[in-house]
Amino acid sequence: MRGIRKEFPGVVALDGVDLELHAGEVHMLLGENGAGKSTLMKILSGAYRKDAGAIRINGQPAEISSPRDALARGIRVIYQELNLVPQLSVAENIFLGATPARWAGVVDWRTLHDRASALLRNLGMTLDPRTPVSRLGLAQRQMVEIARALAAGDATILVMDEPTSSLTSREVAQLFALIERLAARGVAIVYITHRLDEVFRIGRRITVMRDGRHVTMRPIEEVTVPELVRLMANRDLTEHFPKVRIPRGPELLRVERVSRLGALSDISFSLHAGEVLGIAGLLGAGRTELARVLAGADAVDEGRVLVDGGEVRFRGPADAIARGIGLLPEDRKAQGLVAGLTVARNIALPHGRQLARLGVLPRRCEVALAKPIVDELRVKATPTQAVRLLSGGNQQKVVLGKWLAGDVRIFIFDEPTRGVDVGAKVEIYHLMNRLTARGAGIIMISSELPELLGMSDRILVMHRGRIQAEIDGRDATEERVLSAALGLAS
Amino acid sequence: MTIAHRAQMTAAAAPRGQLLLPARQFGTLIGLVALCAVLWILTPHFLTVSNLLNVAEQTSINAIVAVGMTFVILSGGIDLSVGSLVALAGVVLGTGLQSGQPLPLALALALAAGLACGLGNGALISWGGLPPFIVTLGTMSIARGAALLFTEGRPISGFDESFRVLATGRAGFVPAPVVAMAVVYAAAHFVLSRTTFGRYVYAIGGNEEATRLSGVPVRFHKTIIYGVSGLMSATAAVILTARLNSAQPIAGMMYELDAIAATVIGGTSLMGGDGNLGGTLVGALIMGVLRNGLNLLGVSSFLQQIVIGGVIIVAVLLDTVLKRKNRT
Repeated sequence: MRGIRKEFPGVVALDGVDLELHAGEVHMLLGENGAGKSTLMKILSGAYRKDAGAIRINGQPAEISSPRDALARGIRVIYQELNLVPQLSVAENIFLGATPARWAGVVDWRTLHDRASALLRNLGMTLDPRTPVSRLGLAQRQMVEIARALAAGDATILVMDEPTSSLTSREVAQLFALIERLAARGVAIVYITHRLDEVFRIGRRITVMRDGRHVTMRPIEEVTVPELVRLMANRDLTEHFPKVRIPRGPELLRVERVSRLGALSDISFSLHAGEVLGIAGLLGAGRTELARVLAGADAVDEGRVLVDGGEVRFRGPADAIARGIGLLPEDRKAQGLVAGLTVARNIALPHGRQLARLGVLPRRCEVALAKPIVDELRVKATPTQAVRLLSGGNQQKVVLGKWLAGDVRIFIFDEPTRGVDVGAKVEIYHLMNRLTARGAGIIMISSELPELLGMSDRILVMHRGRIQAEIDGRDATEERVLSAALGLAS
Repeated sequence: MTIAHRAQMTAAAAPRGQLLLPARQFGTLIGLVALCAVLWILTPHFLTVSNLLNVAEQTSINAIVAVGMTFVILSGGIDLSVGSLVALAGVVLGTGLQSGQPLPLALALALAAGLACGLGNGALISWGGLPPFIVTLGTMSIARGAALLFTEGRPISGFDESFRVLATGRAGFVPAPVVAMAVVYAAAHFVLSRTTFGRYVYAIGGNEEATRLSGVPVRFHKTIIYGVSGLMSATAAVILTARLNSAQPIAGMMYELDAIAATVIGGTSLMGGDGNLGGTLVGALIMGVLRNGLNLLGVSSFLQQIVIGGVIIVAVLLDTVLKRKNRT
């Protein structure tokens, strides 16, 4: 197997990426969130179609246009979320969709169990094929997933997307032993991870991606940890950020030793008027969980939150909003908008009680509230259009508009520019400047490092539910933020 | 990339979508008019003032129950208990009247019974976190059982003329139940379109999480929504009891299905967040006209059930096809 090259324009997710795999190697695919790793793997597995480039398998050009093609060529993918049916047994899961049956679809249990145990033995797994998957631990489930991937005929390429993200160190050791056995049999393994220690434990070669481009491919012996971080982070800062720095005002929000079981531990920081506080971290570092706690959507287990110096206890989002905290959620479709309602009604949604007299909304009051905001944010829609029909950038502006319409002074922006076009991005940055100039404080969670560096006055870096580092915006570099996000001392 | 991609697709579909949505509302109305036209041709007895008023009167009970159902379905839920609540509220009313309570008190007790059961449904759904289907399936059985237990299975019959006027009375030439239906629809339409509560009904059905994150007390409002449904069932029970001159513990069987059918034929999405009361009224009228017309034509009641079932499926099928075109 040699020489894969693909382009994927449109939003240009991948721009001329190469990936070369040898039989029997463990190839580490590295890059920040959004570097294009998953897109590349989806093309390999036939989930997406490439727009340009060529795939060659064993030197022969190969056209992979559907998941079926990929399967037939021995390409198997194990995604981060496992796809097992917990109520069924190990054997049933392994042969799901290809269950051996006698006439009329009656399951041939003996053949099923024999084939399953033969396969498990062959892979060196000590699992009883009759055990229901619901009784297995995560590592064992991962093994079942791998067994299933290998059950449907000979695998030549096995892709694993962050397989260890929820495993304990003992389980990781089991998994690595299995990976090495598979590699020894000549399976080429693509391993996607954010954990640099794993890279050096089982990787033979690495490919680094950044912004949808191929950065480098090297044998593992030729790289060091700091170099790896630099390769993943380094980019030309051509994007312009219209950041306006203003003097810090009084403290708006103080968080003291806040913990939430399984998500946040011992978080302390403060937010001042006129400040943009960036929050960096990898997926699963606890950034969104922090946002939800501050917005009253989830409860705090331990610690205190103070607004304007007074302690607050939020029983729900309504309490947080009453104290002037507005959340721009990460997933605007699922959490930010009611797609079937009009622009004006979405913007007015948090303000029903203020607008209404005895529960009755005066005629056109929602449009009157929304019109100036729609104009200020330059939403390309009329207030009476359904939000469903707007583009991503305009939808995001509508979610922002909900909080501009009220007395919000603490804004929590979770991925404010995700899925938003460049023009709208810049408008959102300008809006942030206007908000801080008016004395608001902004907490900005972002996976885009340039945006964090370009717009933040201070940056908190989170790693596994903790604050790993606090960096002044002027001293922050991509390397410093990224090493802290990877859990390395900064 | 997927988000941007989908946004592009939606944007491209925009002009067509805007044309199709009002068309959907007209579609049901056109269906009703076409149905009336066919019946007019087939039988001379259909298009007479007295028969049309008769249809409206017969429709009023289902139409009022369907108002509550529309609130519930708009919020993304379902209420299977409405038929049993009609029986229970009717029994409370009948008992009250027969034990010599003043009419206003008996009415208030019946309405309160319906409201309380509905609020109970809502509280279990919002605070108990149970699926609406299960909770209201349970109360459907509980309320029916309570009505039977309370009356020992016997109907309560023979009421004073001052009460029966609620069904037999006329305002000009319009029967009282039709007046009640008109008042209920006007009030409910005002609530849905002009109050914060109405907005929240749509918002909760459209996206409950986004509504909660906007600071709307979602649980409180969901509880009220099921309360409205219970209150509507009790209102229908008053009219039914007056019409029959009898409160029966077995009244209101299958009313939940008629109400759901009227709502769905009227174009309200079972997924919630989309629909309106005008559609529900037309939906209820379609069912009423169909029953009346088939009766006039002498079609057997067995065949009638088959026809009505077919109409429900065709109406929803048309809706789904239109929406699918709208999306892609």
